[in-house]
Amino acid sequence: MAISEKDIVWVEEPSIGLWEAMYLPAIAGGLATTIRHVFQKPVTEEYPEVKPVLPLNYRGVHRLNRDEQGRVKCVACMLCATACPAHCIDIIGAPTPWEDRDKYPVKFEIDELRCIYCGMCEEACPVDAIELTSIFDLTGLSRQEMIFDKDKLLSVYDKTVQGGKDPARTTRGVLGPASENLVPAERMAWPIDELPSSQVNS
Amino acid sequence: MITVWAVKIGVVLGMILTSCAYLIYIERKLAAYMQDRIGPNRVGPFGLLQPLADGIKFLLKEDVVPRHCDRFLFYMAPSLAIMTTMLAFAVVPFGPTSTDPDEWQFVIAPGVDVGMVFIFAVGSLAVYSIILGGWASNNKYSMLGALRSSAQVISYEIPLGTSILGVVLLAGSLNLEDIIQFQASNGFLHWNLWTQPLAALIFATSALAESNRLPFDLPECEQELIGGYHTEYSAMKFAMFFLGEYTHVITISFLMSVLFLGGWHFPWIAEVGSHYNGVGAVKCGVLAAKVFAIIIFIMLIRWTIPRFRFDQLMSLAWQGLVPLSFFNLAFVMFAKQFNWPVWVLTVASLALLVGASALNGMRLQRRLRVGSVSSPALGKI
Ligand code: SF4
Ligand code: SF4
Repeated sequence: MAISEKDIVWVEEPSIGLWEAMYLPAIAGGLATTIRHVFQKPVTEEYPEVKPVLPLNYRGVHRLNRDEQGRVKCVACMLCATACPAHCIDIIGAPTPWEDRDKYPVKFEIDELRCIYCGMCEEACPVDAIELTSIFDLTGLSRQEMIFDKDKLLSVYDKTVQGGKDPARTTRGVLGPASENLVPAERMAWPIDELPSSQVNS
Repeated sequence: MITVWAVKIGVVLGMILTSCAYLIYIERKLAAYMQDRIGPNRVGPFGLLQPLADGIKFLLKEDVVPRHCDRFLFYMAPSLAIMTTMLAFAVVPFGPTSTDPDEWQFVIAPGVDVGMVFIFAVGSLAVYSIILGGWASNNKYSMLGALRSSAQVISYEIPLGTSILGVVLLAGSLNLEDIIQFQASNGFLHWNLWTQPLAALIFATSALAESNRLPFDLPECEQELIGGYHTEYSAMKFAMFFLGEYTHVITISFLMSVLFLGGWHFPWIAEVGSHYNGVGAVKCGVLAAKVFAIIIFIMLIRWTIPRFRFDQLMSLAWQGLVPLSFFNLAFVMFAKQFNWPVWVLTVASLALLVGASALNGMRLQRRLRVGSVSSPALGKI
């Protein structure tokens, strides 16, 4: 589609007068800008001493959520491992010793070094069992140390819940199709009866 | 006598090296503040020990010598760099001097009648270190940097020399001490900055270009040439290049304050006739303060003006500074010959500046009208 004539704005290059051609006023103006910045507050964050506060929808280290009885919420359906583009989730499922569900993971490992923090896993999970937290500064001395197993992932859950750092999606009600909202009302972002009905599991 | 000289040389060398180290610190801090950062703050309080740490790092680092370089020249270049810039300091007065040889002279070699010529002769030797460094490295980036540098230094030497000729004519001497004396005895309004503003501007610009500082640091512009002539240098040899460059900055700041800002002279507190205890120290302090102010100014300029393109650099020198400095010199000659009052020179300088700007404006305007898209290297259309 051709651009119609009335949409075109022709601009002229500004003319250069004596003032600009002298260069010196422009240089003085530049110097004034530079000097003004000398007295401005630096924007530097001195990282190890001052930690940044990241938004809660940041995609950092994973956590495995617990249900109301403190058991792992995951049902070992393998959907996250299938969705993961980096193939860094390794799950071995087994029949549960519990009455209310069939399977649970005996082994649940995420290779945090291989993960690209895309968040596909939390989107795939039907029961909202896996979530990415806003913890970003994970370090380790060996590769083995960076492969997080089930206990470690569950401890990330405990840590974030205690620290009041639930990911943003936790407090948005039910997201997965088979999920139940187990988040206590006081941790929710807004009252449960105001949530869209599709998000409230009956 | 010999011991006095030795002590003076030792003290001056030590002062220069220490101030170089701390000027680098100040420059880093200042650059950081200008960019709303904090700057070095890890080593010691406020990062004050950073220069020390840097020095140790330079000494302990592996000194890589590439296999395909010309070893002799490769080693010679950095030593030349530091030697030539240090040598120029021999005649630069860093405080009051007098013609009486029994008095304490704040200069290493007092009474050198060809002081200015000496500084320029030795100062332009510095380009040898750059060319040799670039050539001996056997590396295309280094070579390009060195070539640029030689063209640049040769071009800017002319306006640099011509701009101070006016000052030299006015004072009637090439001796730096006499030039200070001339300005000091005639008072504040006879500082060459007021009578020769255009010359001061040309001198400052060309001196920046001579010392390869931004906005004229084409010989080592990182985006195009990695490091320029010192790409292949590491450890202490690189540090020597760096020190040479900083000493050059200090030298031109000294020259600027001696030639145009009246040296140690300051109204009321440091006059020719001032006689009180410690007047020598005060005069040294005044000169040091002027030098420091100029160095800070150079640092400010560095982060204010973007780097010139090579053709802009050349046209600034040959089409701008060289003719202007010749006109300025001619005016000084007329003024000397016909005994015109000095304010005529001030007016003439400013008129020259405005005239040149008008010409430049017309030239740029014409280029705009033609809508030139041709490469600037081909010249104006
Ligand atoms: S965030 Fe992405 S890469 Fe990491 S485990 Fe989840 S799906 Fe895999
Ligand atoms: S998708 Fe959810 S429930 Fe299924 S294996 Fe992964 S974490 Fe467990």
